[in-house]
Amino acid sequence: MRKLTAWLFLAPALILLAIFSFWPVAFGSLLAFTDYSLIRETHWVGLDNFRYIFDNEMFVTGLKNSLLFLLMVPFVQIGALSLAVLVNNQLPGIRYFRAAFYVPVVTTVSVVGIMWGFMFHEQGALNYVLRACHLVGAPVGWLSNDTLALFAIMFVTLWRGLGWYMVMYLAALQAVPADMQEAAILDGANRWQRFWKITVPMLRPTIMICSVLSVLAALKAYQEVDVLTQGGPMNSTFTGLYYAYDQGLKHLKLPRALAASFIVSLFCIGIALVCLRYLKPKHR
Amino acid sequence: MKTIAHYLLLCAIALVCVFPFWWTLVTALSTEGNIFAFPPTFWPKAPSLDNFIEVFRAIPMWSFFRNSVFIAACTVFWKLLLCSAAAYPLARMQFKGRKLIFGLILATLVLPSEVNFLVNFITVTKLSLVDTYAGVILPNVVNAVSILLLKQAFEEVPQDLIDAARVDGASEWIIFSKIMLPLIAPWLATVGILTAVEAWNEYIWPSIVMSKPDEFPLSVGVLYLRGTFGSSTRVIAAGTVLTILPTLAAFLFTQRFFMRGMDGAVK
Repeated sequence: MRKLTAWLFLAPALILLAIFSFWPVAFGSLLAFTDYSLIRETHWVGLDNFRYIFDNEMFVTGLKNSLLFLLMVPFVQIGALSLAVLVNNQLPGIRYFRAAFYVPVVTTVSVVGIMWGFMFHEQGALNYVLRACHLVGAPVGWLSNDTLALFAIMFVTLWRGLGWYMVMYLAALQAVPADMQEAAILDGANRWQRFWKITVPMLRPTIMICSVLSVLAALKAYQEVDVLTQGGPMNSTFTGLYYAYDQGLKHLKLPRALAASFIVSLFCIGIALVCLRYLKPKHR
Repeated sequence: MKTIAHYLLLCAIALVCVFPFWWTLVTALSTEGNIFAFPPTFWPKAPSLDNFIEVFRAIPMWSFFRNSVFIAACTVFWKLLLCSAAAYPLARMQFKGRKLIFGLILATLVLPSEVNFLVNFITVTKLSLVDTYAGVILPNVVNAVSILLLKQAFEEVPQDLIDAARVDGASEWIIFSKIMLPLIAPWLATVGILTAVEAWNEYIWPSIVMSKPDEFPLSVGVLYLRGTFGSSTRVIAAGTVLTILPTLAAFLFTQRFFMRGMDGAVK
């Protein structure tokens, strides 16, 4: 009887998960090997879609860019951990700073796109500041230059992500027992030693989780591309998933889109497995 | 001295985080001069609310707003109900397959959910939910993070309370709804607020499901503004300010819930 109750409680959530989380992965993986469309009969086409996308310059650039996005992970993680350390105190007004760092996280991506569009504009605030500081001579076309645009997008994802990870680290920092720190102070450990010998080992599980999440987020980035450059200039800012989004939604080539997302997923799962293996907390 | 340096560093970083918002606000409030004038203005010139009024004239702002509120409210309600119902047996009941179910729920965290919408659109079409709010809401009702947070919350409730209720002959449903849910109210609030902000900010999925402009939520509608009035940057800026105002207010007044949500996630 008790068993039946448990399943009744779980059923609605499981049904929705099955339909909207597991079915898309299973069915989507199958469709990647077909010529599915809503209007025609479906045929099995083997690896045709995969051959097509790997011959396609936009997807290959996209995949490279997705991997390039991984460069951001250490910046995001080290940045977020440093921020967390900076705000982990009781200084007057510190909660306003925490709030300020978190505000980009609660902003919808469409608005982020519009705001950073203003910022990156050739006559925008960023170029003004850089020119005022004599860091650049002429205005830089952040989003119109095909080498810079990708880095501009990466910066925006960093800007959006930092606060989220900061709060994760902050929570973990506050869970570090104060008496451990006090004991270390009595033993004459300085601030730096305490950070590396106590705080970092205690934070290991959080660092692991955040790094894996950050790696996955980097590989799967595409929304910022959509709202900032839509893949341009000259297709230089395509990412693996942006190609999937572009093909699936704008060109209605669903099987190609699914083949592309299949490849990106393989990368995600592979890298997640590697990370989990090597970053496993040792002391447990 | 050290404190001053600390504050200066904090201010510098805060400036980078907040400046785009400030500049957008300045752009929206100003009515005079070129937006991309050189040097740019960092303070509103001749501030007025004209651009904001223009937003309401240009697009059906009230409908967008109402749609967003409706979508967010429904998502929060159903998520709290279904995710807590799912979390309860995972936390407090012993049954066969519990580990497996839990593993499956965890697996959704690694799955590439970002592109689920490609197949979900087919599903929603087959279920004839295109152009309905049910189509927008249903895929977002259940997610692993919420179940994990609520499971955590249920695990912290003392076993004695449940045992006492069972001795009194209360059914599992009564225990769940009358005893457990009130006890985890702060966690429900946390999940609720996080969900409300997420639902409000959701942008790609609603733009796929909804095709009629006056049924759009704000996050989608605001880009529609860019399409129709491409030249009037100030009106677009005013539209973005109106779009983010509710989430920013919600966040600033309920900051501790956000921090708590993360607290639970770390455990």
